[in-house]
Amino acid sequence: MALAEHSGAQTGVMHYLKNNLREYGLLFALIAIMVFFQIVTDGTLLRPVNITNLFLQNSYIIIMALGMLVVIVSGNIDLSVGSVMGFIGALAAVMIVNLDYSVYVTVPICLVVGGLVGAAQGYWVAYWKIPSFIVTLAGMLVFRGLSLWLLEGQSVGPFPREFQVIATGFVPDVLPASVGEGIAPIFGANRLNMLAFLMGIAAAGIIVWSALRQRARNRAYGIEDEPQVFFVARLAIISAALIFIMFKLSTFRGLPNVLITMGVLTVIYTFLTESTTLGRRVYALGGNEKAAKLSGIKTERLTFLAFVNMGVLAAIAGLVFAARLNTATPKAGFALELDVIAAVFIGGASMSGGVGKIVGAVVGAFLMGVLNNGMSIMGIGIDYQQMIKGLVLLAAVIFDVYNKSKQG
Amino acid sequence: MTALLEMRAITKTFPGVKALDQVQLSVREGEIHALVGENGAGKSTLMKVLSGVYPAGSYEGEIHYDGALAEFRDISDSEARGVIIIHQELALVPLLSIAENIFLGNERARGGVIDWRETNARAADLLRKVGLSEAPQTKVDSLGVGKQQLVEIAKALSKDVRLLILDEPTAALSESDSQALLDLMLELKTQGVTQIIISHKLNEVRRVADSVTVIRDGTTVSTMDARSAPITEALIVRDMVGRDMAHRYPERERRSGATLMEVKGWNVWHPEHADRQVIRDVNFTVRAGEVVGIAGLMGAGRTELAMSIFGRSYGRNISGEVLLNGQPADTSNVPRAIAAGLAYVTEDRKSLGLVLDETIQRNITLSNLEAVSTSGVINENEETRVSERYRAAMAIRTPSVFQKVVNLSGGNQQKVVLSKWLFAEPEVLILDEPTRGIDVGAKFEIYGIINDLSAQGKGVVMISSEMPELLGMCDRIYVMNEGALVGELAASEASQERIMSLIVTE
Repeated sequence: MALAEHSGAQTGVMHYLKNNLREYGLLFALIAIMVFFQIVTDGTLLRPVNITNLFLQNSYIIIMALGMLVVIVSGNIDLSVGSVMGFIGALAAVMIVNLDYSVYVTVPICLVVGGLVGAAQGYWVAYWKIPSFIVTLAGMLVFRGLSLWLLEGQSVGPFPREFQVIATGFVPDVLPASVGEGIAPIFGANRLNMLAFLMGIAAAGIIVWSALRQRARNRAYGIEDEPQVFFVARLAIISAALIFIMFKLSTFRGLPNVLITMGVLTVIYTFLTESTTLGRRVYALGGNEKAAKLSGIKTERLTFLAFVNMGVLAAIAGLVFAARLNTATPKAGFALELDVIAAVFIGGASMSGGVGKIVGAVVGAFLMGVLNNGMSIMGIGIDYQQMIKGLVLLAAVIFDVYNKSKQG
Repeated sequence: MTALLEMRAITKTFPGVKALDQVQLSVREGEIHALVGENGAGKSTLMKVLSGVYPAGSYEGEIHYDGALAEFRDISDSEARGVIIIHQELALVPLLSIAENIFLGNERARGGVIDWRETNARAADLLRKVGLSEAPQTKVDSLGVGKQQLVEIAKALSKDVRLLILDEPTAALSESDSQALLDLMLELKTQGVTQIIISHKLNEVRRVADSVTVIRDGTTVSTMDARSAPITEALIVRDMVGRDMAHRYPERERRSGATLMEVKGWNVWHPEHADRQVIRDVNFTVRAGEVVGIAGLMGAGRTELAMSIFGRSYGRNISGEVLLNGQPADTSNVPRAIAAGLAYVTEDRKSLGLVLDETIQRNITLSNLEAVSTSGVINENEETRVSERYRAAMAIRTPSVFQKVVNLSGGNQQKVVLSKWLFAEPEVLILDEPTRGIDVGAKFEIYGIINDLSAQGKGVVMISSEMPELLGMCDRIYVMNEGALVGELAASEASQERIMSLIVTE
């Protein structure tokens, strides 16, 4: 009897795992890859300075992946983001360095121009029904050319300090440094940025709280629940990882500004896609455009907005990228659209639209980032790096398709 | 003459529906055999079993063809044996020439290089046989539907056809094209081609068929042989309809109130061919609590009428007026039409009605998301409560409202579509083929829902190709033909014959 009950619970767990393999798979893959590189790089991967670098290096990919997810969910694609990013960086450089505009004037203008670029492309896609692949392929060439023209083929820089902080600045600690220095020895560190450390704990707390709330809701409405084991394990791993990483950051220079930008944007876009009518309609549009239209959804306007949004996020990414390199180069953002698109697909979005999550895209981008970073530390050549990244993308998508076919 | 084809005890089930149940079909060599039955009776499914679309093993029963047990694995397998099916939706590639279409997949080629002289010469031969005078190089998209149908037949002849199956071949054809096609069928018969014709048009069946098999609700009802006794339309109709009409439709107290919707002088032109008028000067009214039917053949313009009214979702150069409660209503796009109180349940629920990969809940709230959200933020608890309410009210059979719609049966999917539109709280619902592809039990439930709507004082416009359904459900029936309303019948005076004669005499 006890045995039977046990096996019953077991099949429930297996059943759940099978139905949700995708989400767990992605998380496990990220953890496995991090553990692997942590070992083969003798602990270099998770050194505070490298973690900080990981965030800085991937911030612009993640920022653009947020917009790309929306575009892909709506059933489109944007190949121009790398070029647009470079173009905005160039625009910022020309305005600030060559024309002496204030940073505070330049940044808003750059964001508006990014939105206009998105609007210009979205207009043809949404209202003229020209395939987004073609419109943004054209955009990719046009904006690459425009940044070359703006920069006259030269690198322009350096930027003033106030612009650089966008990417390379750190949030100052809330408490006097002495507090952190007092606590640091407990953890065997030299210094401790209390803001970063406390933020890590707070973020973990919020994640646990919202997960518990979701679980209570599932209970109330009889939705198939994650088995307790998974629920606890998943939350424990995520919270521990979060606190661990924030702790590591706090022993270095604290919270990078871009991490805040990224974090806030991720939260905003998660909310937008999952909890608002706007987000819901984008999923319906990508899932079945005709049905969405006949349900009274303004499909053209939504498509248009998805591209405007993408343009603004590409502009933010362009500013971050230029600030990080402290110069705008004609090559900036070259082929980066492919990394962004790959991140979104690794994160579980579907080419045909209607499927995909912000969290997936962010984790997908991190996965690619850790791969890049780990392989670079190991000294693997760019040739092998490209091949491995390509195969990872293919494997992720095959895994998706296989999973789907098995579920019937 | 011996039997060329013998289908014995064919049973085919889909998830949730038994489409065919022990069906028998016997076709003699050299005859024209008609297969008749209501929409959804299982005729097309039976032909898909025969032609290998549903391969051997996916159904129960045996197919004996040409004296041996046949187990077709796919279409090319059955085609190799001379069994060729011409589907209702033509399978021609519009931008290729007639000759290229005829030999598609069966190219006249040597070592992969196409022999154009032979291709065109043989195509010209075949075209002559089917009575087409077009050059073989003509692109198919420049032909009318009638001629395209003949090209399909020419294509079949190119494959040494022994058993030709025509699924509703005249449904989209004009009267003269239909006559030409029927003549061709008789001509082919003299050349020894055995044929099966699926048709709703009983006069055509009577004209060409040597024997008739009637299928109803997935079972064979009867087989009649014209040589032993003359087949009359009355006989066929009796077997097609079967049950007593009174019990197929739930009772409803018929009372209609004030005029809810009025459409005046509605004209619509084709979205691509600007010179083709699709809807001609249509006027009709719907009263509160009334179920109004629109009858007509396929291609009469019923869907086009409905979609053009519903937010101008079809057509161009639309003119005319829609009045709701006596006031001119703005229905110039879908959101406005919904706001004005209209709802349109499409005939094609999978591609136009539902987001299949989304949950039941998300489909139900889709057209009225505002009602479950505050300033753009969705209240998911409220959304779930609403969906549960409709699940109970509509008896949607599902373990939970978080199921993806794609996993539901046709009847339950249709209930989700209806829920979606009821949640949008319309005054007038236009239901386009609301019971298409739904099994009999679910149909009865949908009829019940429609009656509830009328009891609540809503106006219902019901478009259907199943005349018995219109006769059983409607208070008034408009008859549509070639884009115009050609008659209006009160329920008391309507009959299949009167509707048909209105269509034919126009």
